[in-house]
Amino acid sequence: MGLESRNLISTLDFSIEEQDEVLALAERIMAAPKEYDHLLGGRIMASLFFEPSTRTRLSFEAAMLRLGGRVIGFSEAGSSSAAKGESLSDTIRTVSQYADIIVVRHPKEGAANIAAGVSGVPVVNAGDGGHEHPTQTLTDLLTIRSVKKRVGGLAVGCCGDLKFGRTVHSLVKNISRYEGVSFIFASPDELRIPRFLRAFLDDNGVEYVETDRMDGKIAEMDVLYMTRVQKERFFNEEEYIRLKDLFILDAGKLRSAKEDLCILHPLPRVNEIAYEVDADKRAAYFHQAGCGMYARMALMASLLGAV
Amino acid sequence: MKGQRLVNSIEKGIVIDHIRAGLGVKLFHFLKLDNADFTVVIISGAESKRMGRKDIIKIQNMIDIDYTVIGLIDHNATISIIEDGEITEKKKLELPRRVENVIVCKNPRCITSTERQIPHVFSLQNAETRTYRCDYCEDHVRGIEI
Ligand SMILES: [Zn+2]
Repeated sequence: MGLESRNLISTLDFSIEEQDEVLALAERIMAAPKEYDHLLGGRIMASLFFEPSTRTRLSFEAAMLRLGGRVIGFSEAGSSSAAKGESLSDTIRTVSQYADIIVVRHPKEGAANIAAGVSGVPVVNAGDGGHEHPTQTLTDLLTIRSVKKRVGGLAVGCCGDLKFGRTVHSLVKNISRYEGVSFIFASPDELRIPRFLRAFLDDNGVEYVETDRMDGKIAEMDVLYMTRVQKERFFNEEEYIRLKDLFILDAGKLRSAKEDLCILHPLPRVNEIAYEVDADKRAAYFHQAGCGMYARMALMASLLGAV
Repeated sequence: MKGQRLVNSIEKGIVIDHIRAGLGVKLFHFLKLDNADFTVVIISGAESKRMGRKDIIKIQNMIDIDYTVIGLIDHNATISIIEDGEITEKKKLELPRRVENVIVCKNPRCITSTERQIPHVFSLQNAETRTYRCDYCEDHVRGIEI
């Protein structure tokens, strides 16, 4: 298919059709993982983590191992040649001689673009600073598909820090391409979605509303994407304490929500979802972590032309 | 001295005229004329009927400069190529769509801050606000900040 030898650097790199192909493959793998456990036999994935991110790295490595492939790499810059002053470009050029696919995580924004520019093999961006993290969005989409059986036509609520939350920005940009998707943005006034995202939605004629509390609108949501509200985003402690409770999801707030609401969170959480919510059948955030691995399996199989 | 006489007084080279007052020195630096081995004259605050005040740069015996840089700094400036004391060509400037190694990305989190050998590339995002975007980190710079 058309994704062989491509890279995934930013969330809009794939058309919806291409993305849906990857997601459909992920669903097939999820349904019968045994059938795919030799798919990438003999292939090597290099996981180059110039900054630690255990969760993401393990998800990629488990994905490769479950497809029968093998993994080389490092988990922090200190144990890589970058510590000796080697440029990112040189590291990538070298590693692309050894591996069939490169997964790169880097603290600097735009690092994955550079990697893709010099690599002879497909590059997957596993997060470059505050910039892009496209496999997180793929994960979110797969979770939504697996719970709601569709993406189009959903009312997607996003709650918490919508100003700095990179995962929300990518998800919104990506999912707004599907027919009939609308958004409900609930955030403290100082953490509203940034201007560029509002412009993006307006330009594309996407419906959305903004509100400064989540409980009023929760009944209208089909999906609720929760993010952390960090203390350091506020000018003072009182303001933080006053606002943070409005954006903590608990059983009380869920009372007016739809029966089939799908609650997502990129994890790790701190306190923005009360533990009592975990037992609610609408909580999908641990399922989401599992989906992340299947999404990455499907992605790598596609980029390596194995399907 | 009147602006017009200065323009004509050059035998061979380039005259960049109608530069918005105050941008002449900036343009001089962006064109890296401070290391030039040919004669360069900057006139700042010259009188202009149309603009009130303007800056002018005259470059002698050299016409091979980066015009996209001039377009980037002030696309309303006018360019005259002079040979034998006569204007042989006038150039119209445009906002460049893409500039390489002219603007430096100031985002400390940008990969260009550590990866030394790569070019700093910016693409035009919005011509009205003269906003450029770093090709790597997508940080925006507005014309006024350049
Ligand atoms: Zn940059």
